[in-house]
Amino acid sequence: MSRDRLFAHDYPLAENRPDLVRGQRGKSLDVLDLAALESGDVVMEDLRITAGALEMQAGIARTVNRSKLADNFERAAELVDIPQDYLMVIYELLRPGRARDKAALQDIADDLRSRFKATRMAEFIEEAADVYERRGLFTSRY
Amino acid sequence: MDQALPIRPNRWRRFSEWDDRPLRLDNFAVDDPENGFSAMSGACDPKPGIEVVDGRIAAMDGVVEADFDMIDMFIARHHIDVRTTEASMAIPALEMARMLVDMNIPRTDMVKLAHGLTPAKLAEVAAHLTAMELSFAYSKMRARKTPGNQGHVTNAKDDPLQLAADAATAVAFGFDEIETTMRVSRNAWSNALACCIGAAVGRWGTLFQCSSEEAEELQIGMAGFSSYAETISVYGTEKAFVDGDDTPWSKAFLTAAYASRGIKMRCTSGAGSELLMGFHESKSLLYLEARCLCMQRAMGAQGTQNGGIDGAPVAASIAGGVRELMAENLLAVWLDLECASGNDARSSESEIRIGAKILPYLMSGSDFICSGFGTILKYDNSFNASLFNGEEMEDFLVLQRDFEADGGLTPVGEAQVLDVRMRAVEALSAVFEELDLSTPTAAMKTSVVAASGSDETDSYLPRDVALISDKIKERGITVVDVIKALAKRGFSGEAEHLLSLVKLRVSGDYLQTSAIVRNGHVISAINDPNDYCGPGSGYQLSAERRNEIINIRDQLTRGAVLHEEDQHKAGERVQIAYAKIGEATPGKCEKEVVIGISPGFGTKLFRTLAGHSLSQILREMVSGIKAKGQNVRVVRFHHTADTSFLGLSAASLSGSGVGIGIQAKGTAVIHHCDRLPHNNLELFSNAPITRLDHYRKLGENAADYAMGVLPEPVVVPTRGEAMGARFHARVALIYAIETAMTQPDSPPEELEVQFLGAEQ
Repeated sequence: MSRDRLFAHDYPLAENRPDLVRGQRGKSLDVLDLAALESGDVVMEDLRITAGALEMQAGIARTVNRSKLADNFERAAELVDIPQDYLMVIYELLRPGRARDKAALQDIADDLRSRFKATRMAEFIEEAADVYERRGLFTSRY
Repeated sequence: MDQALPIRPNRWRRFSEWDDRPLRLDNFAVDDPENGFSAMSGACDPKPGIEVVDGRIAAMDGVVEADFDMIDMFIARHHIDVRTTEASMAIPALEMARMLVDMNIPRTDMVKLAHGLTPAKLAEVAAHLTAMELSFAYSKMRARKTPGNQGHVTNAKDDPLQLAADAATAVAFGFDEIETTMRVSRNAWSNALACCIGAAVGRWGTLFQCSSEEAEELQIGMAGFSSYAETISVYGTEKAFVDGDDTPWSKAFLTAAYASRGIKMRCTSGAGSELLMGFHESKSLLYLEARCLCMQRAMGAQGTQNGGIDGAPVAASIAGGVRELMAENLLAVWLDLECASGNDARSSESEIRIGAKILPYLMSGSDFICSGFGTILKYDNSFNASLFNGEEMEDFLVLQRDFEADGGLTPVGEAQVLDVRMRAVEALSAVFEELDLSTPTAAMKTSVVAASGSDETDSYLPRDVALISDKIKERGITVVDVIKALAKRGFSGEAEHLLSLVKLRVSGDYLQTSAIVRNGHVISAINDPNDYCGPGSGYQLSAERRNEIINIRDQLTRGAVLHEEDQHKAGERVQIAYAKIGEATPGKCEKEVVIGISPGFGTKLFRTLAGHSLSQILREMVSGIKAKGQNVRVVRFHHTADTSFLGLSAASLSGSGVGIGIQAKGTAVIHHCDRLPHNNLELFSNAPITRLDHYRKLGENAADYAMGVLPEPVVVPTRGEAMGARFHARVALIYAIETAMTQPDSPPEELEVQFLGAEQ
């Protein structure tokens, strides 16, 4: 996928830059039709967003002065390939009192970095770990 | 005071009547800032402030970095733009408030400023604005130009057939998003499947949410059934947030997780949640919500549903609370967030307060006027009753028409609603059968199609639904299976619609701020930005859209009114005959009353507004006069259709000087020839409630006046009905028919009236 800088006029990508949009298995939008789905050529996997699409949306968000939304899309891009169950494990651990100490969150951050190259999200979780320690959020609540 | 009343009454009875009005069911609480009951002036609201040292926020709103709680930290690190904050914070709050309502200062400039503002500063600025200014600023600052609306689709039985039918109905009325939730949480999968099929009937593009437990909601989204989420709640104090079992970081993680699955999301916050959760820190509703909104922007959420969501009723119990709700919506859009602007939980039992609450939003427009309009009946709403509900849908449609304001909805005809309901029920049944989930009977389907609410259905019960829902979940059924089943069973249109909706997530275009789908295209704050800069700019109602909005059902037309009158012509012909005798001349006999009838009386028009035939009322007046021993002459005037002049003209021809004037619609007057035109003896102006016995008494009284006796005037009792609202459009159409018949130079015509039918 192209990494050219995108602008507001490229949006919506599905209409103005369909050449840049692909499903998870590389299929373009025009082949994701009902006939292909009925024949089994198109499966759920083809209808999932890609990290590339999220990065492009992040780029567009930045050009319209929405840097925070862009940050979120970039963090999301790092989560695309993380299995659902593991996402829920991380979420659960980020809730107050679930992790018992900083190390538990640090382990997650390390794993995100090494296995999924999710550096932004890893940093975000490290930041949470610092704050949780300062604010006493490692105390079990039940 | 020797004239004092012997007993002092213990109460003016009006208070007892006021006690019985629905308004008095509402709670009202005194300002008590210490205990969190303050809209905008909390006992512990901090003074705005910012201190930047070496590119770090060293202090914010009176708290130094070492004392930051987790919310302060999150805002300081992820919301505040350290490069601009000092300059932005230096602008006085009042000046900034004026900038918000200045149409010459573009929205985008104001948004940049907000990136440097602390919660206390944002709250201080908004507090300077009156309710009207808040509404105006909101219309300028909201992100997407085209307004929209969101609705709830739920029912008390979690009945999937009804969910499908009601989802299709909501789509037909134009909702951009629909949201369901369950009475029984394990029914989530069934609810999701049913609503997404119903929402695919008729057109595609309505986004759908299944509000459930976080993990399950995300799984339902992953299976492709839902396309957005808005249950990511945020709270304005650390303790409330922790009691909500989350932190800004856990919620931000969920925010990214939704985006990573291609699912649109927004956060939820709003006045009163901290108060209800018991951790308000003696801070005002507005300041706490400002913190929530800064956090949401900091998390990278594209939008919010705020405006006192579940807390709207407690906010409305506080003085200025409803204004505060407007202020917090303004802060959301100033922070460049999509805003589903509350108007969700029903905040009052008073319909007047409800109507007043919605009006500013209807006029200013909003990304979603309601963050949950109850498209179903109140008792079927599993979120609790909404500000507007199925019961009041047409009231909302009429408000749109009254103000020519786009509230996102479109009136739909009865036939179309029945069509989509039947189609939705058949489509869901086909999918149920195809996926071996259940086989609904014809009786179940029929009961649902016609039912206004679940009280009237003979369909699935919550336990049946639990079994279906478990199967969907356990068998890992996805939207792909549903689309295939629809296509296989001949619902190819619905299959295409559903596929189009799921395909949205591939490009992620609809993850951008304020995105909805209109006419098959994603529109958002990027390609449909609100560019308001004064009259003639911003959102304008197109002629085409105006036609949609104003086209409510049962509007009167001149043709229809005339046609209706014509239906009564034949009936009157066998009841009465008007024979023309010749030009009417002044009477010589003192024992007479002249009845002056209007040009259309019995010629083109045949009934009073109360529905009495004109032959009947004439017969009553005549017999009333005769019963008093007076004679009657009936004269048709051609020169006027006005009641007063009919009466005075009749009086002038009357030997006694007393006459009655009456229009075809039944409005009548007793007049005397020596009186000024509008200074009559008795006037019967409320034709819609004037009964036959009143017309008889009118005749009797006219006879009394003719004999020089002062009778008891006839009082037609009114209970304060809105006569104008009920009748004036019809009156104007009918009266125009009479005025068009007037001939200024045509002399009065004496008639011989013969009553043909038996007395009734």
